[in-house]
Amino acid sequence: MKKYSESHEWVEVEGDIANVGISSYAVEQLGDITFMELPEVDSEFSKGDSVAFVESVKAASDIYTPISGSITEVNELLIDAPETMNEDAEGTFIFKLKVSDMGEIDALMSQEQYDEYKETL
Amino acid sequence: MAELLKTPLYDRQQELKTKNVSFCGWDMPIQFDGIIAEHASCREDVALFDTSHMGEFFFKGDIKTSGINEATSVNVEALAVGKCKYGFLLNEQGGVIDDLIIYRLTDDELMIVVNAATRENDFNTINSRINNATLQDKSMDYAKLDVQGPKSKATLEKYFEVDLDSLGFFSFVETKLFGNDCILSRTGYTGELGFEIYANSETSIKLWDALIADGVAPAGLGSRDILRLEMGYSLYGNDLSETITPLEANLGKFVNLKRNYFGKDALLKQKEDGLKRILMPFKTTSRRAARKDFEVYQNDKKVGFVTSGAFSPILNVGVGLAMVDTDSFDETQSMELRDKRSSIEANVASLPFITK
Repeated sequence: MKKYSESHEWVEVEGDIANVGISSYAVEQLGDITFMELPEVDSEFSKGDSVAFVESVKAASDIYTPISGSITEVNELLIDAPETMNEDAEGTFIFKLKVSDMGEIDALMSQEQYDEYKETL
Repeated sequence: MAELLKTPLYDRQQELKTKNVSFCGWDMPIQFDGIIAEHASCREDVALFDTSHMGEFFFKGDIKTSGINEATSVNVEALAVGKCKYGFLLNEQGGVIDDLIIYRLTDDELMIVVNAATRENDFNTINSRINNATLQDKSMDYAKLDVQGPKSKATLEKYFEVDLDSLGFFSFVETKLFGNDCILSRTGYTGELGFEIYANSETSIKLWDALIADGVAPAGLGSRDILRLEMGYSLYGNDLSETITPLEANLGKFVNLKRNYFGKDALLKQKEDGLKRILMPFKTTSRRAARKDFEVYQNDKKVGFVTSGAFSPILNVGVGLAMVDTDSFDETQSMELRDKRSSIEANVASLPFITK
């Protein structure tokens, strides 16, 4: 089940690996995405760290990890085809992370909570 | 904050999927379907832009004696009726108060098209430079639609009695559209075959509806900015300002230094003294785009700043313009474009960025 952060990342956990992407709401705000900077595999990050970077036709933005862990895989497709994010934001992971504290997942918002949160923005 | 102005097309645009931004006091669409899709429509097919925020002044008086011929860099006297010309309203230091297009309507009548942000000051400045003539600001009486793209002529043909093939670049005609007066101009800000249509609100709404029904893609300011930058066209407020002269902006071909007009003496002096800085086109070496106010570095020394930058969907790299110090900038070397977060490699390019 997908969980969401206030900075518009989504997380989907399979075993102890979390897939992380950004929400379709975030992608909609950014517009056409033109460039993605991805983290290095095996690098360690704490919750809230800037992990990746995205540029769109309108803006540039950091992508933060909503949970702590080490990077196990990055979506290299995004280097040459960052527009994939616009086509299917919720189905396109940016990086995968080995979760170090499952408790951080529980603290994230459910789809329903995230939908309510978006209404307040 | 004062309430934003809305163009006559605002309600029509809200019926479509649009994102709006505040632009120079106006509530304008930045995009409809998406900036890259709109860019492609304009480059490959045809796109419709609402640019009703632009200002339109109407001058009536003697061209030779009223002072209008010295008010801006445009030599109106040498401009034939039915032709228009790009030029500058300059301050005494040669800085650009605005860039504009002047239309020669008749022997003693002109339309002057200016930017929205500078409209009031433009009006007062021009007015202060003329005598025994009238200048009227009719910006709120005129909407303006730009129809741009290789299929623009085929799209518009059925709406006009005039032969669109007879209109050369920077030519226009006063004609009828849905029975009402309009000015149809073979001009644009995209580098494509295109037309700009000045008409009242009612006529413009009719044309908007008709073109949308024809399947013409509505396009916003976002794609317009990329389209103009790919051609190297200047944007007032970015690449031109009161402190940037046309020579510094690399627009020397638009200023005749043998003629007299406000600001010309300063330009002449600047030319004689040599330019201390100049606008330099650049291409990045990746898909990354530098934006306005990124700093330009060579060998860890700051040598300039970016005035405009965007991702070019045609070239698949970032393109832009940077104001660089002529003494320290080395054209043969690459440069780094930096802000707090990023450092982007770029090289000097030539204009236009894309070949048309």
